[in-house]
Amino acid sequence: MKKIEAVIKPFKLDDVKEALSEIGITGMTVTEVKGYGRQQGHTELYRGAEYVVDFLPKVKIEVVVTADEAEQVIEAIVKSARTGKIGDGKVFVSDIEKVIRIRTGEEDEEAI
Amino acid sequence: MEKIVIADNVWILVSTAFVLLMSVPALALFYGGLTKVKSILNTIMMVMVAFGIVSLVWIAYGYSLTFGGDVQGIIGDLRYFFLHSIKPSDTAPSAPNLYHYLFIFFQMTFAAIATALMAGAFVERMKFGAWILISFLWSTIVYFPVAHWIWGGGWLGNMGVLDFAGGIVLHETSGLAALVGAIMLGKRKEPFMLPSSLPLVAIGTGLLWFGWFGFNGGSALALNAQAVSAAFVTTLAAIVGGLVWMILEWIKFKKPTSLGLFTGIIAGLATITPASGFVDIFGGLVIGVVAAIVCFWAVVYLKNRFKYDDSLDVFGVHGVGGMLGAILLGIFAKENIGGVNGLLYGGGVGLLGKEFLALLVVGIYTVVLSYIIFKIVDKMIGLRVSRDDEIEGLDEALHGEKAYIKEY
Repeated sequence: MKKIEAVIKPFKLDDVKEALSEIGITGMTVTEVKGYGRQQGHTELYRGAEYVVDFLPKVKIEVVVTADEAEQVIEAIVKSARTGKIGDGKVFVSDIEKVIRIRTGEEDEEAI
Repeated sequence: MEKIVIADNVWILVSTAFVLLMSVPALALFYGGLTKVKSILNTIMMVMVAFGIVSLVWIAYGYSLTFGGDVQGIIGDLRYFFLHSIKPSDTAPSAPNLYHYLFIFFQMTFAAIATALMAGAFVERMKFGAWILISFLWSTIVYFPVAHWIWGGGWLGNMGVLDFAGGIVLHETSGLAALVGAIMLGKRKEPFMLPSSLPLVAIGTGLLWFGWFGFNGGSALALNAQAVSAAFVTTLAAIVGGLVWMILEWIKFKKPTSLGLFTGIIAGLATITPASGFVDIFGGLVIGVVAAIVCFWAVVYLKNRFKYDDSLDVFGVHGVGGMLGAILLGIFAKENIGGVNGLLYGGGVGLLGKEFLALLVVGIYTVVLSYIIFKIVDKMIGLRVSRDDEIEGLDEALHGEKAYIKEY
């Protein structure tokens, strides 16, 4: 099982969600986060005074899928979240040892 | 009694309510929206509490010191102490068409907003107790005497100095005291503006504008052509001020900001204030343009050049605007509007000279006395909150509250 975390531009969330549901992904966790990469921050202007915002608002999506599905999911996210401009975000993939559905006690792939 | 004009009383009672609206909620929301989230309630409270304190001081002795019997042109006497000698049916000595209570009530809102206005320069770092004491001392020592000099039968008014709705009496005094206080308080630890809510600033701007109808229109003290004209030119100056400020930002910073538009509107309103009952539509439009240019310069260049932290630009917008308006009054006053001609209409330099003199005298008086008041308060209770309180935010540190609480 794999966990796929993607940090994306907030306005791309709907596109990504749609792309994932098209390939049969039924659930995800979304968190509002802040951060920066090569894009760095940006400036805001209040009465002529520039204020540098270091951390930009982003959205982090977490999806846990079977190992077979992982490639397809990654591809869907990358495709749907891309604008081609700096700051599009990143996808992180990691192994998951165990999954348990709290309601039924089902485990692992049954529980995803 | 027989001189009471009911229509005039209706208009001035409405105007009084308008000016009340300008402080609470308009100024409170305007300033609150410009303040960081962690100190927004403190900012709103500073405005409301000052309004309350000065109102009480006004009925205790403020009205008497301002509009009571003149003593040597300097100050009023104490004949109206706690308004004890006034009956509700009496007519106002300064405006016999109005009930005395109504005149006192209307002028009370002016004294109260003048003091509340100053708060914008001190937000996010001043001790609440210090602000209460400053409100009390400043209104007593600075506002009442200056208002007496110009409006209450004092020496500047007798000389012919004009100030229709308070460019000198309110905006200059409050703006200069704001500057003095901001310098003495020192910079905030995070001296950048991070508005908690620009939509709140938008609402505040709109309500201030609305209230300014009572502020300037009501200053005619009657329902007459001058009142209508004053309200009309006030609105035009606000429109032009906002648009010109926005364009200046667009040229200079490549983006027209909402805050720039709002600030320009307020600059137009503050600048037209002293002149509103004396200039025609053309004068009002020119004043709006000049207000935006000069106040923009004060906020964007002057402040950065001298590095003082006037948190919400009380000096740059209200102080500079009020003083500028008093000068422009000397130029654009037109006889068929308010009975006097300025420089442009053949009135000579007389009026302009008097306005300059009043600005100078009131300016020096305000700066010196405000400095002394801030010094006294600093010695007594200290002006500034601790570093930790400031970083944590004044809402939690001083009031034990948060503006917005997340619930699960």
